[in-house]
Amino acid sequence: MNNARKNKLKDKAFRIWGISCTLVGLILLVIFIGNIVIDGIGRIDWAFITNLPSRKPENAGIYTAMMGTIWILGITCIISFPLGVAAGIYLEEYAKKGRLSNLLEINISNLAGVPSIIYGLLGMEIFVRTLNLGASILAGSLTLSLLILPIIIVATRESIKAVPSTIKEASFAMGATKWQTVWNQTLPASIGGILTGVILALSRAIGETAPLIVIGALAYVPFAPQSPMDEFSVMPMQIFNWVSRPQHGFITNAAAAIIILLIITFVMNGIAVYFRNKWQKKIKW
Amino acid sequence: MLKVKEYIIEKALFLSALITILTTVGIILVLSFEAFGFFKEVSIVEFLTDRQWTPLFSEKHFGILPLLSGTLLTTFIAIIIALPIGLSIAAYLNEYAPSGFRKTVKPLLELLAAVPTIVYGFFALMVVTPFLQNFFPEMGGFNALSAGIVMGIMIIPFISSLSEDALAAVPKSLREGAYGMGSTKLQTVVRVTIPAASSGIISSVILAISRAIGETMIVAVAAGQMPQLTFNPTEPVQTITAYIVQVSSGDVPFGSLEHKTIFAAGIALFIFTFLLNTISFWIRKKFHQKYE
Repeated sequence: MNNARKNKLKDKAFRIWGISCTLVGLILLVIFIGNIVIDGIGRIDWAFITNLPSRKPENAGIYTAMMGTIWILGITCIISFPLGVAAGIYLEEYAKKGRLSNLLEINISNLAGVPSIIYGLLGMEIFVRTLNLGASILAGSLTLSLLILPIIIVATRESIKAVPSTIKEASFAMGATKWQTVWNQTLPASIGGILTGVILALSRAIGETAPLIVIGALAYVPFAPQSPMDEFSVMPMQIFNWVSRPQHGFITNAAAAIIILLIITFVMNGIAVYFRNKWQKKIKW
Repeated sequence: MLKVKEYIIEKALFLSALITILTTVGIILVLSFEAFGFFKEVSIVEFLTDRQWTPLFSEKHFGILPLLSGTLLTTFIAIIIALPIGLSIAAYLNEYAPSGFRKTVKPLLELLAAVPTIVYGFFALMVVTPFLQNFFPEMGGFNALSAGIVMGIMIIPFISSLSEDALAAVPKSLREGAYGMGSTKLQTVVRVTIPAASSGIISSVILAISRAIGETMIVAVAAGQMPQLTFNPTEPVQTITAYIVQVSSGDVPFGSLEHKTIFAAGIALFIFTFLLNTISFWIRKKFHQKYE
């Protein structure tokens, strides 16, 4: 066999190897979801969603955990959305290139890589103990906000960067101030990308377990929270708690709760992708 | 009036950006302050050289090595899984796959990274471990192998997506030059595109490693709670992150030496990931613009 033929053979072999690797990734995703659906789908009914936690697996439901997740989601959004977008605008439109903006940039990229459990340690010291918020929804939301801030900032910067400078220059030429330009031109033009980033960041936040365990969120909360200062549990914590128990009934519960959590996560990701596509199509510069 | 408003807005935006710096400063201060309290009672030599980690037992040992070996073992297994698969996917999608296929598959693979990690933990414990027990009948319900493998699956998209981005950024002319010389696609991707995109690929791999080191719920659920200095993947181990979870969900009183251990463990974790992230950022910055 000559060299050229050998190389062609290798090329074909790699094509097959490459496509198998890609398919393995996708098949794993399917097996993975399939398994959980088989384990848990039979357990999901209205009672499962509306029942309070219980020592008996067949009576236990996810009501308090789901309410906790909704509270956390809402408050985290209120805190992190304006802060992240504001920081992104500052870095992209206001910050002068120099040491400070360099430092900010390196710092944000580093924060994005800090393990989430470290944010938990920070949140426990600062929010739970120093500010004396206790293991409340507010403390949890503040912690998660810090965690997802880098994601929102990066998304904001990327979308603002994509707005052509001609738009801004035209606005300046009309006598608009810097903020008027940002508020009336840049932000409306980049809102699609920003929303995509925010939704993805929030979908990350509702899947987080580790930082909330560290700040002391409870695995067992008998009542749904009524205010941001209440103690809480969230769905991933409830799943963790059920997985750690020996009775098989709780494992089924965990699988059922995972299905609901996955649906929420995938729907949020779907909305994010929809936003991205919609805005990309609508605005053609 | 307008000027005052502009000034206030700019300052408010600046303060928002400053929060990110405060976060970093906060993390460093909190970790070092509490870890300082810990090291007043436990010598740093013992921390780094003792081969046992038993702060919650009556006979206490404070050697970080078992937690470190647990962390490195699960991370190593994850990378062994994710690196070849992730890189092959990146090379295949970039060089061979039709663009429609790539555009559908990439977001689907990225879904793997969007799944909450507690779900992976469940999968490792309930599906992968029982499956592996067919091959290692003596293996217990908690082990490093299953946690590591599942963690590897989780980080595949980190490597495949970011590496594919890096490959896609290589200018067409380089690739066409290789075809012009009669190279096959495999030769082009191995000898031209991958070397040209090496900085992006290396930085993506380092990010994936850092992600695996900091990963918590998979190992907390599936790897066990037994800190031991072993590199046998079928043994139960405890990682730094899993230890922090164990202490936090227990009833160790705040301010006690036992509780301070999580900050000492946390600072070790932070230093590790901080170094890796910085190296990754530096490689990307330094070599990125070579072809633009």
